[in-house]
Amino acid sequence: MAATRTATADERVAQTPLARKLMARPELGAVAGAILVFIFFGIVAGGSGLFSAPGIINFLEVSAQLGIIAVAASMLMIGGEFDLSIGSMIGAAGVIIAIPAAQWGWPLWLCVLLAFAIAWLVGYVNGLIVIRSGLPSFIVTLAGLFILRGLTIGFTRLLTGRTQVSGLKDLAAADWLAPVFAGEVGGTVMVWLAHIGVIGTRADGAPAISGIPMSIVWWFGLTAVATYVLLRTRVGNWIFACGGDPGAARNVGVPVAAVKTGLFMFTASAATLFACVQVLDAGSADTTRGLLKEFEAIIAAVIGGCLLTGGYGSAIGASFGALIFGTVQMGIFYTGVNTDWFKVFLGVTMLIAVLFNNYIRRKVTEAR
Amino acid sequence: MANGNGGPPLVELRNIVKRFGSVIALNGVTMKVHAGEVMCLLGDNGAGKSTLIKTLSGVHQPTSGEILIDGEPVTMYSPRDALDRGIATVYQDLAMIPLMSITRNFFMGREPGGRRAFGRFNVGSANRVAKDEMAKIGIDVRDPSQAVGTLSGGERQCVAIARAVYFGARVLILDEPTSALGVKQASVVLRYIAQARARNLGVIFITHNVHHAYPVGDAFTILNRGRTYGTFRKEEVSREGVLNMMAGGKELEELSAELEEFSRADAATGRTGVAEHAFAEGLHKEAESLHKH
Repeated sequence: MAATRTATADERVAQTPLARKLMARPELGAVAGAILVFIFFGIVAGGSGLFSAPGIINFLEVSAQLGIIAVAASMLMIGGEFDLSIGSMIGAAGVIIAIPAAQWGWPLWLCVLLAFAIAWLVGYVNGLIVIRSGLPSFIVTLAGLFILRGLTIGFTRLLTGRTQVSGLKDLAAADWLAPVFAGEVGGTVMVWLAHIGVIGTRADGAPAISGIPMSIVWWFGLTAVATYVLLRTRVGNWIFACGGDPGAARNVGVPVAAVKTGLFMFTASAATLFACVQVLDAGSADTTRGLLKEFEAIIAAVIGGCLLTGGYGSAIGASFGALIFGTVQMGIFYTGVNTDWFKVFLGVTMLIAVLFNNYIRRKVTEAR
Repeated sequence: MANGNGGPPLVELRNIVKRFGSVIALNGVTMKVHAGEVMCLLGDNGAGKSTLIKTLSGVHQPTSGEILIDGEPVTMYSPRDALDRGIATVYQDLAMIPLMSITRNFFMGREPGGRRAFGRFNVGSANRVAKDEMAKIGIDVRDPSQAVGTLSGGERQCVAIARAVYFGARVLILDEPTSALGVKQASVVLRYIAQARARNLGVIFITHNVHHAYPVGDAFTILNRGRTYGTFRKEEVSREGVLNMMAGGKELEELSAELEEFSRADAATGRTGVAEHAFAEGLHKEAESLHKH
């Protein structure tokens, strides 16, 4: 498009069609998909309670848990790498919190900090191996997936004789840090909303929902921060550059190794956050927690517009991908369809998303 | 026009030697680049051009010899070092990331936002700078947030060069900037090289192509087997002279003699086609006789 003309005419900017501008947004597909899903379930499950206040909180909570790891996975994918050890990290972090707290009497907040410290170590090691060896992160973290899961099961059985650790409910209730992950906010707002009749009330007069779960707050917060970092900071530009062409990035002074290692540490941290939310809310940890979550996170990121080759994508898109998941999962439940069909939906949606992304990439780089 | 300011050269190489183990890549290279001068570095494959570029851009350190910037001897340990001293290298293929916007490519590695990693990248003002800088070199970018992949090869090279100039380069090293481009695209880049010279930059222009080098070059340094063959000012040498030295004169003479031989042979048989036909006929007969046995 850039013609070597002398006459400048800024008004041509306005002539770029809106459709084309929208096409250049990576999250377009996921936003459109989410709208379609809402319309569909609005018609099919309108009267089933899916869109009542508790129903909304339900599917948002499911979306939020996936969203937390999907946002991190999308940033890593934009940076040109994968992390398949996310799911195993969720299981590991859960047990790391539960065993010292339930078995050895450590304060819960210390266990949470320990879990994050180990997550940073795992992320750092993942990054170190990928950078130093030059091997695809797909393979390196696939090894991580098995090693981490195996260590989790092995150590848990060794230390407790079982693969589940429970009895955290009371500890969480007494801890000062636990409510940050498993609490609720906005209780008074809910009372007020119930009072003016926006949301329903229970039989005893309490509002139908007692507050917004912290997982949803974390999800929105992470999405906002990740989007700001990607689009409006130096690091954001580095992440896109690392994924687009690490060689070119290095040549102009981008610290590629540091950026990628940092992103691996971020995905491991997000997995630990996921584990905190689950474990502190449920009061128990299970070594099989987070199974296959790495793939769901990657699917959400891909639906959100991330290219598998890196250098392109969006954190908001990944969040919308997670929202589609959560809505469909709960929608299928509310409409009474057998939940077995959810997996079919997952695969088909991902296939459509990849085809769509492929087409978009061609459009974006095509000469105008 | 070159060397008009009379000061010390922007960059001077004195007897640079670079060895990799037992391999001698550079064996005494001497060369000067002044402000407002385009120095064309010519040489065949394996002459040591890329080693010389990498030495100048801080990737390699010379085994012996001196690099002087503004007459001061310096040691550069990294590409960043060289950049800080105003030496910017534009690589032929590793210049741009197609999926990123023009602005994001323009500021890559030198984003606004200070030294802090999480400093704010002001996209609005960055877009304006990118658009203005591109306009200065005569490329009218409608929307600097569009992907670089939508630009042609020549325009991409120009973005890379404009970026180097904007971030304070005084010496531009251009590694084969025109070799992958068509005639029209190459002329866009060549015009920009002339502009960079007019803005008093020193340009080291590495190329195979005499037709690109001769119109914009002020001086020509020929590199051959790790040595400088000599530096010639434009007044001293003709286009054919440069071409001759580049290809190593002797080989060219042999080639032209060979070509003459061919044309004489063609003339003798009348047409080239006839000879080929006869050859094919012979093959056919041979194959048939083999079948019978």
